[in-house]
Amino acid sequence: MKRSSAFLGLLQKEARHILRDRRTLAVIVLMPIIQVVLFGYAIRTDVEDIRLAIVDPEPDAATHALRTRLGASGLFRIVAVERSTDGLNALFASGAAQQAVVFERGFGDRLESARAARIQIITDAAEPNTGTAMQNYADALIRDHEGELREGTGPPPIAADVRMRFNPTRESSNLFVPGLIAFVITIISALMTAISLAREKETGTMEVLLVSPLRPVEIIAGKVAPYLLVGLATVVLVIIEARLIFGVPLRGSAVLLLAEGVLFTVTSLSLGILISARTPSQRVAMTAVLAGTMLPTVMLSGFIFPLESLPTPLRLISAVIPARWFVEIARGIMLKGVGLDHLWQESLVLVGMTGVLLMASMRSFRVRLD
Amino acid sequence: MSAPAVVAESVTRRFADVVALDDVSFDVRAGELFGFVGPDGGGKTTLFRILVTLLLADSGRASVLGLDVARDLWAIRRKVGYMPGRFSLYPDLSVEENLQFFASVFGTTVEAGMPTIAPIYDQLAPFATRRAGALSGGMKQKLALSCALVHHPEILFLDEPTTGVDAVSRREFWDLLADLRGRGLTIVVSTPYMDEAGRCDRVALIQRGRLLGVDEPAAVARSFSGAVLEVRSRERYRALLALRAFEHTDTVHLFGEWLHYTDRRAGNGIAADVVAHLRTNGIVADVTPIAPTIEDTFIQRMGAPEAA
Repeated sequence: MKRSSAFLGLLQKEARHILRDRRTLAVIVLMPIIQVVLFGYAIRTDVEDIRLAIVDPEPDAATHALRTRLGASGLFRIVAVERSTDGLNALFASGAAQQAVVFERGFGDRLESARAARIQIITDAAEPNTGTAMQNYADALIRDHEGELREGTGPPPIAADVRMRFNPTRESSNLFVPGLIAFVITIISALMTAISLAREKETGTMEVLLVSPLRPVEIIAGKVAPYLLVGLATVVLVIIEARLIFGVPLRGSAVLLLAEGVLFTVTSLSLGILISARTPSQRVAMTAVLAGTMLPTVMLSGFIFPLESLPTPLRLISAVIPARWFVEIARGIMLKGVGLDHLWQESLVLVGMTGVLLMASMRSFRVRLD
Repeated sequence: MSAPAVVAESVTRRFADVVALDDVSFDVRAGELFGFVGPDGGGKTTLFRILVTLLLADSGRASVLGLDVARDLWAIRRKVGYMPGRFSLYPDLSVEENLQFFASVFGTTVEAGMPTIAPIYDQLAPFATRRAGALSGGMKQKLALSCALVHHPEILFLDEPTTGVDAVSRREFWDLLADLRGRGLTIVVSTPYMDEAGRCDRVALIQRGRLLGVDEPAAVARSFSGAVLEVRSRERYRALLALRAFEHTDTVHLFGEWLHYTDRRAGNGIAADVVAHLRTNGIVADVTPIAPTIEDTFIQRMGAPEAA
């Protein structure tokens, strides 16, 4: 009974710290909500409204049909129609055009005489991802058009029916929201606990806490529990917001997602405690957490940059980053709607990491000042 | 006679190449108000931290209430009250919230602790809902003392509780300590202020990690050899410089409003000689012999005050 009163006292005190510090509370709750919007629009790789230049040396019915089709697709906005390719360089250089479709001379005649009629597609690939996307859109559209023209004549071409599963429209928001959840949990759990433990050291209150019957486990649990609640509340807000604004689905079990969220929160908390146990001040703790958890979470978890495109050494490093496993789990639950039967391996990795980190953080928590 | 409350035997502690405590031995009797007096950086804080189980000694042994400070840390932590040198409460929590928290940490309540802390808390009660960070220096110290007492400790360790507190609050604080001592609590306290040493049962002079002696305040003052002259001048600082340059000066230091001066020579006529020396420097001063204080003794024992 006595022990539980000590723990409740800690919880109450920690809750008061959080609620009193309105500005910090506002930051940790509002920041993720704003980030959803920022990331949602900033790192989208969906391409819309492509500025297209047409080079049509001898306009005829066939070129007009394809031009109309490109213009009506909704993906392209035709910004220029030229007779020759002479003006293209200037258009690309100024950014007035991102892509150009160049018809060869006598396009219609060649088509009618069943010879190969050639089209050149030129794309601004300064941003490779956008470039690839634009290339694919134009390519697909022209192929469709070609397929329809051929209908009934000649041998049927092999028609590949492409479907993109789990994210059929390839919305990038579907991809980043699970990553953002990992990011939010990392910030709140690792950063806030590290800072709040370091603050006790800095203000000297840790000295008084240590000269009390409180055990390290109690001090840590008292710190962790309130931030766990704040963290989960924020995660729920992010999921709801992502759904309302970007229509990001939650196909699997919300309960499972939250449970995995709790697991990953504990992982991050242990990391935060581990770091703060070895840092003397709030500032050092903050820098260490930023470098030690947030950067890897952003760069190496598959949150923004696909793991597949990382060089092998970095990909190996990513395997020891907890966020990478959580992102996979969250994507599985949210986008594929799969359950623990498919995600048990990733979950087990996370449980293992959490166990190791938790033990390490308990051990690194000093019962004396040195 | 009951067992001593604190025993230290040859306690030594180094930080890198600095010897913070050098072979320190003493004991504190149960029910005693025991003071450590000495300049900053003398080792007081290190010693307190060893006694309240926050640091380990490199060598030597220490016990508190018969419990070994290295081995029995959890038993000691339940029984001591500790007030670190720095203000160490939560500035964003109110007076009563701080008190509640420290009561709960020790598995007790503010109500249960009230009989012990009432004389102190009564002065704080008007500010119960004020945030601790917004209290005056003296009030902060009283709150810290209440928090250190709320769980009925058997012994109290106060590390420089009155540093940075105004003179009136300091006196009030020592009145509270005297009251607690009167109720049988053992109190170990440190201070850089010599004038506070006189309020302890016994004082230990500590400097550069070494104990220079442990005795009753009156005995410490009596142990002074020679005579102390009080130099009263409106131009106190110029007088200090003039006396520092005087060939016969042994020690000279600021003491309250005036200067305390000791001479290398013995005999009569020294006071008149000092007046004459000051006059040649264009300074008007009264010089009278006075009874030595603990501070005079301390300065004499440790030689010139540390340059740092």
